[in-house]
Amino acid sequence: MKIIVLVKEVPDTYGERKLDLETGLADRAASESVLDEISERALEVALAHAGSADGVEVVLLSMAPESAAATIRKGLAMGAASAVHIADPALAGADLGLTARTLAAAIRRTGFDLVITGNLSTDGSGGVLAAMLAELLEVPNATALSSVEITADSVSGTRSTDDRAMRVSAPLPAVISITEALPDARLPNFKGIMAAKKKPFETLTAADLGIEPQDLSVASSIMTAIAEKPPRTAGVKITDEGDGGTKIAEFLIENRLA
Amino acid sequence: MTDYPADAILVLLETSPTGELAKSATGLLGAAALIGTPVALAVTAPGRGDAQALAEQAAAAGAERTLVVETDAVQTQLTVPQVDALAAAAGAVAPDAVLISNSIEGRDIAGRFAARTSAPIAVDAIGVSRDDEGVVARHSVYGGAYNLESAATFGPLVVTVRQGAIESRAEARPIALETLELQASGAEATTIESVEAIEEASSRPELRGATRVVSGGRGLGSAEKFALVEELADALGAAVGASRAAVDAGYIPANHQVGQTGVSVSPQLYIALGISGAIQHKAGMQTAKNIVAVNKDPDAPIFEVADFGVVGDVFTVVPQLISALAERKR
Ligand SMILES: Cc1cc2nc3c(=O)[nH]c(=O)nc-3n(C[C@H](O)[C@H](O)[C@H](O)COP(=O)(O)OP(=O)(O)OC[C@H]3O[C@@H](n4cnc5c(N)ncnc54)[C@H](O)[C@@H]3O)c2cc1C
Ligand SMILES: Nc1ncnc2c1ncn2[C@@H]1O[C@H](COP(=O)(O)O)[C@@H](O)[C@H]1O
Repeated sequence: MKIIVLVKEVPDTYGERKLDLETGLADRAASESVLDEISERALEVALAHAGSADGVEVVLLSMAPESAAATIRKGLAMGAASAVHIADPALAGADLGLTARTLAAAIRRTGFDLVITGNLSTDGSGGVLAAMLAELLEVPNATALSSVEITADSVSGTRSTDDRAMRVSAPLPAVISITEALPDARLPNFKGIMAAKKKPFETLTAADLGIEPQDLSVASSIMTAIAEKPPRTAGVKITDEGDGGTKIAEFLIENRLA
Repeated sequence: MTDYPADAILVLLETSPTGELAKSATGLLGAAALIGTPVALAVTAPGRGDAQALAEQAAAAGAERTLVVETDAVQTQLTVPQVDALAAAAGAVAPDAVLISNSIEGRDIAGRFAARTSAPIAVDAIGVSRDDEGVVARHSVYGGAYNLESAATFGPLVVTVRQGAIESRAEARPIALETLELQASGAEATTIESVEAIEEASSRPELRGATRVVSGGRGLGSAEKFALVEELADALGAAVGASRAAVDAGYIPANHQVGQTGVSVSPQLYIALGISGAIQHKAGMQTAKNIVAVNKDPDAPIFEVADFGVVGDVFTVVPQLISALAERKR
């Protein structure tokens, strides 16, 4: 069985994140880049299954600038067998449609039984990619899974939305997305880091995948405006001297909030 | 052949587990009315008699007409039946935009539909408008630090709209129901094996779109003691939120999580109790109009965004606040 895990490099959310006010793209110089935590959890689902079943191959796939290679390698150190990195300057600023078409082409090229993505990334927060890929790959989508069971020919799990919890299942091949309710990922160990250096790491361009990034005959979504909001400033801070609760009540009443 | 409005905006209505129109629908129809004529689409199981009721509720919320697709598949298949219905409706209506709730279900439907029709997609919009060139979606990203606008290069834009973000409401219109025949695409779908409605413990307001939110963090210490957060929420008629640490510790279900990977809220009042104010938590609440925080650590980052902060113990400050509020009511 071949499982492709979609991983994304994002600006570290623990630091300050900036957007370039010219291009609207993430300012990669402004913050540390890391493997998105939800990507790591998606990889953990695949690696856990590979650890418990025979013949499971885990492949990483990412579309990101060339500089993301080191971040993707972390996934190899954690235990994935190989990586496919789509790095092409012409894909910078790709909208969701182009991103989905490009990733789908790479997934088809690699071949797959199961694709695992995060439910929402911390930078794009699109949360639509799994469904788009399922449509393009003509397979079922089972998204937002908070538990996952994989067998040789099916995937099933629990899917919780705001007002209902459901049990769902799909035959393979399929695309799933997982939520942060699933376990945190394992840490790479020294052996893993050494082994990662020898693992297959393929770098592809859009042309390798038959994708034409600047095809104007395909409708796309474009950013038309961007503005930075001034950061919020602190107001009053008092120390409770036995009347903290009363003071809050006064604040609320004064501002017609209670 | 039916004539559809030239400036039609197709709105996918969401329904609750019991077949009622979901709350998100009024906001979606309100948004659609800002940029064109709202045409609603409901996809429901046959034989339940929902169609008429949905059309009535949609008309009351501003739908010029409601297209109804009845199919058993909605009860057994994920996403695909709604996408098939949406594709049929969009084919008939030729809308300028398609508005869908930015819920988990809504995003899946929007994603598949956009991929199937090669339409550009704008996700998690907090507003929509129209200029000379067409429909524009407004977004708030990186925890509200930036505002962006996006648009389609041409053709209809698929927009998922953040729940509770649209305050504008459309005027009621006369009821007009139209049934639409479905041609199933035959696309392979995930099977829904069972569904359980998540019961909310009380009549508390929903977190999304709430005007007041009281949230608790790991500082509450246990699920039992988290009841203090709920008590204050009830005293204020507020929704209950939580930090991820409180969710992870099992104090409260995950659908109450506020933050980057939880719900984003912009209420009039946000009260943070025993929450440190990690950057990922702030990302979901710092656009609130007024922020109040109680934390025993004077250096907690939550104070950097609080309009009124109290350095103190939640277990002494909050009970006093609750009785002060009760006192005033008397
Ligand atoms: C990718 C990613 C996404 C994330 N997404 C989210 C998200 O969506 N939402 C979110 O909230 N977090 C999120 N986090 C987690 C975030 O980084 C923090 O770990 C989390 O917000 C901490 O929750 P907390 O403030 O309740 O707990 P802590 O940081 O442990 O803070 C508890 C606070 O309570 C105070 N306290 C303790 N006892 C008392 C008392 N008796 N009275 C008053 N104060 C007291 C302490 O001083 C402390 O400040 C995310 C993290 C990552 C990496
Ligand atoms: N450029 C990308 N390369 C690889 N995977 C991606 C990319 N963008 C998004 N994904 C996957 O899609 C998930 C959801 O991302 P998003 O649509 O940005 O919320 C992520 O957790 C990844 O698994």
